[in-house]
Amino acid sequence: MSDPLDPLRAATRARVALGRAGDALPTARLLELRAAHAAARDAVHSPLDVDALAVELGGAPLRVTSAASGRAEYLQRPDLGRRLAEGTELDRGEHDVVVVLADGLSPQAVHAHGVPMLRALTTRLDGWRIAPVVIATQARVALGDEIAAGLGARSVVVLVGERPGMSSTDSLGIYFTFDARRGRRDSERNCLSNIRPPHGTGYEAAATTCAMLMAEARRLGLSGVALKADPALTS
Amino acid sequence: MTVRQITLGGHNHRFADLASLLAAATPERSGDVLAGVAARSEQERVAAQALLADLPLTTFLDEVVVPYEDDEVTRLIVDSHDAAAFAPVASMTVGEFRDHLLAPSTDTTALARGLTPEMVAAVSKLMRVQDLISVARRTPVVTAFRTTLGLPGTMATRLQPNHPTDDPVGITATIVDGLLLGSGDAVIGINPATDSPQRTIDLLRLVDDVRLRYDIPTQSCVLAHVTTSLEIMERGAPVDLVFQSIAGTQAANSGFGVTLDLLREAHQAALGLGRGTVGTHCMYFETGQGSALSADAHHGVDQQTLEARAYAVAREFDPLLVNTVVGFIGPEYLYDGKQITRAGLEDHFCGKLLGVPMGVDVCYTNHAEADADDTDALLTLLGVAGCSFVICVPGGDDVMLHYQSLSFHDALYARQVLGLAPAPEFAAWLERMELLDGAGRIREIGSPAVRALTAGLA
Repeated sequence: MSDPLDPLRAATRARVALGRAGDALPTARLLELRAAHAAARDAVHSPLDVDALAVELGGAPLRVTSAASGRAEYLQRPDLGRRLAEGTELDRGEHDVVVVLADGLSPQAVHAHGVPMLRALTTRLDGWRIAPVVIATQARVALGDEIAAGLGARSVVVLVGERPGMSSTDSLGIYFTFDARRGRRDSERNCLSNIRPPHGTGYEAAATTCAMLMAEARRLGLSGVALKADPALTS
Repeated sequence: MTVRQITLGGHNHRFADLASLLAAATPERSGDVLAGVAARSEQERVAAQALLADLPLTTFLDEVVVPYEDDEVTRLIVDSHDAAAFAPVASMTVGEFRDHLLAPSTDTTALARGLTPEMVAAVSKLMRVQDLISVARRTPVVTAFRTTLGLPGTMATRLQPNHPTDDPVGITATIVDGLLLGSGDAVIGINPATDSPQRTIDLLRLVDDVRLRYDIPTQSCVLAHVTTSLEIMERGAPVDLVFQSIAGTQAANSGFGVTLDLLREAHQAALGLGRGTVGTHCMYFETGQGSALSADAHHGVDQQTLEARAYAVAREFDPLLVNTVVGFIGPEYLYDGKQITRAGLEDHFCGKLLGVPMGVDVCYTNHAEADADDTDALLTLLGVAGCSFVICVPGGDDVMLHYQSLSFHDALYARQVLGLAPAPEFAAWLERMELLDGAGRIREIGSPAVRALTAGLA
């Protein structure tokens, strides 16, 4: 006889139908949760392999670090993660957009999804003058504003490793900011999260949505909460 | 600005203004260190607490921590202060106010509209954990929509069926799993992966269909931005509760893309839908210490005082639910289990004293120094404190927001050891669905209800 809860388990990767030991979790489930937490903790603390990422990207990506001197400071001082390290020099040009690969809280996510996501997006950006790709470490999303300003790019797309969860340690987020400059608020950005095929959003779907938002942003001259993924509702 | 000073431990301690005194008096947390407002030594902290204890409560009516002319939250706090409700405590100092609150004869529920967030934050800074618990326990706040929440002896849960791609079948499976474990009486509330109006409408219809099919007395919510909720209400979507993240300063709310006027408009629109059956509370707010600093909008005020100010925003709109997401924001604001625990109890206490239907998302992230032992401890303490509701996800693992909250099992544990019941309307539904055993506990798998609930998923 089949377990009446099998359809639940088949329907989602969430930890449904775990069973019970009294009101608590059975021992095997408890240990699975602990193992997942351990993996996520380790994911936060393993550094981005910048050399390997640069090889995978090809070309000549730029490399920057934030003002946070290491992982411990990065975790406790987000203000430093939003600023470029002292002495950072960027060649100013004329670009419509720069794409930044930022380690964020999961360098693993950037290794797993950064390059294919970037390629899916840039093929949809005909008519945009795209600056050289930037790899940023100990980086928060807002570091992209300083990078864009330094390179002379009007907009910035930050592909960033999201905070690891217990069933996904490698989710990538995309943050798009039109007219990027220091002091931009979170409400002035558009975000797509959970890019992590095959379980989360796929590269093509994310790239299509992002490119649509970017086109709308350029038409309206803004990004953020006023911009909806559903163009009919943008006012 | 009034400079205040005191000698303690052979040192003279000076505090330039009310905000810096409040900040220095706050038990240690990483966010105040990050903001540069924390006490520089343990003795300075106690010195600030001693000065605070002797401060008349009326001080907070004369001195504001964020300027009136710059900040609509301050204007709301000052302009809506109820002098009659304040009268019983008007002559007290902060220290006397603590003693008064702890007296069993004090009616702590009658004071709410006479108290400002800064008064409540101040007294909480003098309190130990047991004070925060015992006073909150005597200060229930009852609200209702399709269930009645916050009654003494109850603890409700938000069933949070998030899915990384908003997959309808996956979300439905999680809703069923939660219902089978007795969860969902506060709200079935989804954080959508993308803030798209059409997606929000689809998810609302999905939850509403489940609710109607099984005649479940609860309310649904898709936690989209308030502007999205306004749009879709015009399009006829079945909106029970309007959600918004809020904070304690105008600038931080601006960072969330909201103003008081916008919230007022959304509140009126939701009231107009009239979808509640046992009550009309139709707003849902989330808050959390550190959100103002995160938006660079803290005005030199400590994060716990600003958090209490967010409750003044919340209570203006008669919410059904308010919860602090206490461990979500990260270790730069609350570093470890000790700081998260203290903050959760402070937030719950301050909310209840201000008349807000306070729940807590007992949670932590993978970059904080905390684990499930810490959430067990905080859940137990909050259950004793009379917390209105907590948030539950399958196995405590939110596969969409990437953090750990409580599991459905955890709520069963708390209800069992503390003798707490679900909301009465929901408890009656559990009984009708034969999900309870003779002792009122949630049955283990095997009841006819399981097959009934999972039939649509096969």
